[in-house]
Amino acid sequence: MVLLLIFLVTPVLLAFGLGFTNAKLSSPKPAEIVGISNFEKLLKFSKVEVSTTSTEPEAIYAEVRKLTKPGSGTPYEGMSILRGSIASDGMSGSFFLAGDPLFWKSLRNTVFFAVIVAPLQGGLALLLALLVNSRIRGRIFFRTVFFLPVVTSMVVVSILWLFMYQEYGLANNFLNFFLPNYQPKNFLADTSTALPAIIFMSVWQGVGFHMLIWLSGLQTIPAEQYEAARVDGANGLQVFRHVTWPGLRNTFVFILVTITIAAFGLFTQIAVMTQGGPLDSTTTIIYHAFWTGTRKQMIGYSSAIALIFFIIVVTISLLQKRLTRERD
Amino acid sequence: MKTSPIVRGTQYFFSIGMTGVFAFPLIFMIMSSFKDKYQIFEDLRSWRAFLPVGDVSFEQYSNAFDRTPVFTFLGNSIFISAMVVILGLFVNSLCAFAIARLNFKGRGVMLGFLIATLIVPFETIAIPLLYLVNRLPRIKVIDGIQFTTGWLNTYSVQIIPFIASGFSVFLFVQYFKTIPRELDEAAIIDGASFFKIYRTIIVPLSGPAFATSAIITFLATWNAYLWPVMVVQSERLRPVQVGLDYFFASGTDEGMAWGQIMAYSTLITVPILLVFIFFQRAFVASVASSGVKG
Repeated sequence: MVLLLIFLVTPVLLAFGLGFTNAKLSSPKPAEIVGISNFEKLLKFSKVEVSTTSTEPEAIYAEVRKLTKPGSGTPYEGMSILRGSIASDGMSGSFFLAGDPLFWKSLRNTVFFAVIVAPLQGGLALLLALLVNSRIRGRIFFRTVFFLPVVTSMVVVSILWLFMYQEYGLANNFLNFFLPNYQPKNFLADTSTALPAIIFMSVWQGVGFHMLIWLSGLQTIPAEQYEAARVDGANGLQVFRHVTWPGLRNTFVFILVTITIAAFGLFTQIAVMTQGGPLDSTTTIIYHAFWTGTRKQMIGYSSAIALIFFIIVVTISLLQKRLTRERD
Repeated sequence: MKTSPIVRGTQYFFSIGMTGVFAFPLIFMIMSSFKDKYQIFEDLRSWRAFLPVGDVSFEQYSNAFDRTPVFTFLGNSIFISAMVVILGLFVNSLCAFAIARLNFKGRGVMLGFLIATLIVPFETIAIPLLYLVNRLPRIKVIDGIQFTTGWLNTYSVQIIPFIASGFSVFLFVQYFKTIPRELDEAAIIDGASFFKIYRTIIVPLSGPAFATSAIITFLATWNAYLWPVMVVQSERLRPVQVGLDYFFASGTDEGMAWGQIMAYSTLITVPILLVFIFFQRAFVASVASSGVKG
């Protein structure tokens, strides 16, 4: 209990506290309280319209820089461009500015990852569970094979897939085999395919675990219920809808919550495979926190990110529990 | 009920297809570990990638051994995992025993609190934890006893924070509740102390709970990556997963030595896979029981 207090509760409280300071990892100066400035920097976000009289292509950016440079005295001081669009004449444009554009990018990537992975992995896991729960031959063998990637460490899995995703790698050759006109590409070097590639791999690695949890849920449904349905002449789909699915309610909530939380913690794959690239298209909240905390040693700022992450995760799990309960 | 042949056929088709999807990457890894880089690339375009054909040898293994202190890493991982598992079993089961059996105030609060810790992902606390361990007092026993601060670069920093686990305590509490209280009461009448009850009644009856906790803790520790990367800089103390970074950081002139990478990956993965296949039943049961808490 003491250990738990020291190494679990203290860090959580520290995260709360440190988020408001400018602590550094190994700094001789004691940490100072800087109030909410970490959060301000993280969450600051605004839109500006700028126009210029010059037709020089760089002039419009110079206008934005005037607003954001230190000491400019504008509310946009210290911010950077997250995304912008320039009118066709090149004389005006609108820009989204953020205190920490990388944070917003990582938030977007993380949410995208979680939103795709949760239903995909949960659904596929259920399919696999139904398969190995049916009376086909060799179901123990299938179950074992589906579970193998779960026992393999994420680092090894990431490296293996890093190799397979290369331009001349197995994934491309496999696609080429079925689609003769297919153009091989390096999945991880392209901003549009890097994150989907990581999603596919993550599902591959994790789905076996949730298959087993569905399976244990399936096995708690009493056989009498199936028999009763059969006597009533229900077909396979009806049995699933009216007997199997209602019996899996609790399992469903558990799986949804655990996959979502795990998906939000996406880190190892990124650290091993892409380091957040190409062009920040795969950076995630935890990777961002890790980067600022260890490489830049900005513990205070990093804790602020972790705290925001914590709030998001708790909110999501409470929300999911609430939503799934109300449907009863 | 008879399942129609069409449904059955689809089931088999899907199962076998999925088996391919899940097994081929791993087979590819193992087979490639016996080939050199050129052979791997040559075989990539055909089924040969999944077969031990061509110039097959253990050369990649010996190269990987030359390149990294594999045995040091393996030893570290075995030591760290064993310590976390053994100490964890002891500490967590005793804590659970206290919650499940002793009548003291605040038991309910304690249990509720434990369950609450389950939803905190490790990633959230990793950075503050780093800050914390960097400031903890440490006793060095090199050239006499010295007192310093900072636990970075030690075995303790990889072991102690992970001994106590809310999940394990919860698992034990759930299991201990199924052991009839009459057994303890009989023992108390015979004059047994609480620790004796724990040792002679609870522990022998809780095999499955101990197995589950041990398996899950071992897997998590063996596969740990984020934490060791953050806290260990010394080669002497690195665990196996971090060892993989060597093949990237010290890239050779001819690019990545994929054969060696595959050999090293196989070396740290296959033992675990074999243990898993061997203890399949206990394994599956333990993961399934971890889902019950939902």
